[in-house]
Amino acid sequence: MTDYKEMWKGLGLDLETHDAVLDIVGKTYQDVFLSQNNRPKGMEYFDFVMSEIHGLRIKELLDAKQEGRKVIGTFCVFVPEEIVLAANAVCVGLCAGAELGFELAEQYVPRNTCSLIKSAFGFKLAKVCPYIESTDMIVGENTCDGKKKAYESYKDIVGNLYVMDIPQTKSQAGRNLLKAEFVKFAAAVEELTGNKLTVENLKKGIEIVNNKRNAILRLVKLRAHNPVPISGLDVLLANQVYFYDNPERFTASVNAICDELEQRIANKVGVFNEGTPRILISGCPMAIPNWKIPHIIETSGATIVSEEMCTGERGTQNLTNVNGNTIDELIDNIVDRYMKIDCAIFTPNQSRLDHIKEMAKKYKADGVINYSLQFCQPYSHESMTFGKELESEGIPVLNLETDYSQEDVGQLKTRIEAFIERIKK
Amino acid sequence: MIKAGVDIGSRTIKVVLHDGQRKIHSEVRENTFNTLEVCKSMLESLNYDSITATGYGRHLFADRYNATTISEIKAFAIGINSCYPNVRTILDIGGQDTKAITIDEKGNVKRFEMNDKCAAGTGRFLEIMAMALRYEIDEFGEKATHAKEAAKVNSMCTVFAESEVISQIANGANRENIARGIHESIVKRSIMLLNRVGIDGDIAFVGGVAKNSAMLSLLEKNLKRNIHVPDNPQIIGALGCAIV
Repeated sequence: MTDYKEMWKGLGLDLETHDAVLDIVGKTYQDVFLSQNNRPKGMEYFDFVMSEIHGLRIKELLDAKQEGRKVIGTFCVFVPEEIVLAANAVCVGLCAGAELGFELAEQYVPRNTCSLIKSAFGFKLAKVCPYIESTDMIVGENTCDGKKKAYESYKDIVGNLYVMDIPQTKSQAGRNLLKAEFVKFAAAVEELTGNKLTVENLKKGIEIVNNKRNAILRLVKLRAHNPVPISGLDVLLANQVYFYDNPERFTASVNAICDELEQRIANKVGVFNEGTPRILISGCPMAIPNWKIPHIIETSGATIVSEEMCTGERGTQNLTNVNGNTIDELIDNIVDRYMKIDCAIFTPNQSRLDHIKEMAKKYKADGVINYSLQFCQPYSHESMTFGKELESEGIPVLNLETDYSQEDVGQLKTRIEAFIERIKK
Repeated sequence: MIKAGVDIGSRTIKVVLHDGQRKIHSEVRENTFNTLEVCKSMLESLNYDSITATGYGRHLFADRYNATTISEIKAFAIGINSCYPNVRTILDIGGQDTKAITIDEKGNVKRFEMNDKCAAGTGRFLEIMAMALRYEIDEFGEKATHAKEAAKVNSMCTVFAESEVISQIANGANRENIARGIHESIVKRSIMLLNRVGIDGDIAFVGGVAKNSAMLSLLEKNLKRNIHVPDNPQIIGALGCAIV
């Protein structure tokens, strides 16, 4: 086991707290993931990634910086990874899924702020995130009210924040705004990296991200089968690691898992029995190491066969069209692809409801769980409106609202068990 | 075939035996910090062929005994369906939580909403308020019924409501009026919960708090309809376990 203490010290981490965090995450990973039955052998890649979560990958980022490359941190699937890669920078998602440093965070944001936003502050202020400390630029995006206002304070504590504005409607005006913001962002990335965007490097960037998307989309499609060949927890983990792993290595590892799963499907091998209730989970993203709800679901007699969330198909569906002869054309293609993201910050957001229905059918879901974080107005609202409509179409729905604490595990388990009793055939 | 049902709640443990035709035994006992000890003493003299548990302590129980578990939502659904086949909406107010459940004619759960994150509106709230008003819990409902008007209690939090009640009494407020105000605020919250699942068909009121006559009459008055309350509303969850 490599000793990364010097590396972490060099990044300014609070070693004692950081050690405690790694301990807890490690133990939780054992309890939640390694206790599962019949995992695909290919998941050993992700076991390795998790064992090196603040180690090897960070070393790779720092090595990249030594070579003159820049590291750009993101908090949202709206950030055009294609442009980051085209400029030969490294793109890492910074969203965190643990309740850490919240007392510190509450000195900057109101108590009634969602856990996702609080943890961005918490992880920075508690000095436990080597990813945040390795970035040359952090991109914040004006999506929901919570984030918009939070970034006003966040910029003071990180010093390298670039805020991108995001439209609220899927209109021509909205598209024009996103295009203008992407063009502005591209210029900022060029300045940061010293690399000019070209048709060639943009196409390369698009190709890398499309390959990554194709790999994960290939993986999720295989879960339409019964019995399901891989657990929801394992696929969620892959979706979470998607955000910060080396893209080419991630793509290859996920494709290897897919090869293995195709064999399993041919041999009718599953991780759960054929009659296990199948659940589609939809809503707010679940950032690493947030595994609370999937763990409860998959230890209560059901399995998750699909995720409609940013850490799932909402974030990865749709490829960017790689055909184009000019930078402007390619950026247009990128804008077109990102305008299709159906986050609840958009109004109206019919395409998300349509997508949920389509996914429920495609993955043969017995029920839908709408998951929202406490204080998240956009997703809590859509849980209500979409939930009613899904029920009226005969699709059983359970709406859950929670945060990052472990306080409500008992209450969640009761509701999830009752829902599973309802949808069991 | 005798089936046993155990409902391990926050305040009380309920045990029911059912022989396939009818309930042949039931008991309610206060829970202590040693839940399994209480369960043991309630079960050791009983004969049964199988046992199912529900309530917040169900997994703890099932690990020790060879029991199956069901959620308390399903338990109440089945329990009530066996008593009142026409009931389609259930309001359960227990020691520390409140549930609203809609069911179909077979007792299958359709929708449910729970308040289990806050003691406001639960049996515990009533206990604390009764103490603050120096009433026994058994006479609390009766006192509330005697009141001609309700004195409003503004705080939702059990702890702050208790302080508010004490200061109201110190200022000479009528205890019966406060009792009524407290009952009315719980009824209001319960109706909000019922509206979230959608009141449908006949309603049943269960759980320990259903023994409170003031709660029942205020609910019927506000909902403008009759509400079924089984003879022993507290054991319905355990009954459902013994039938499932």
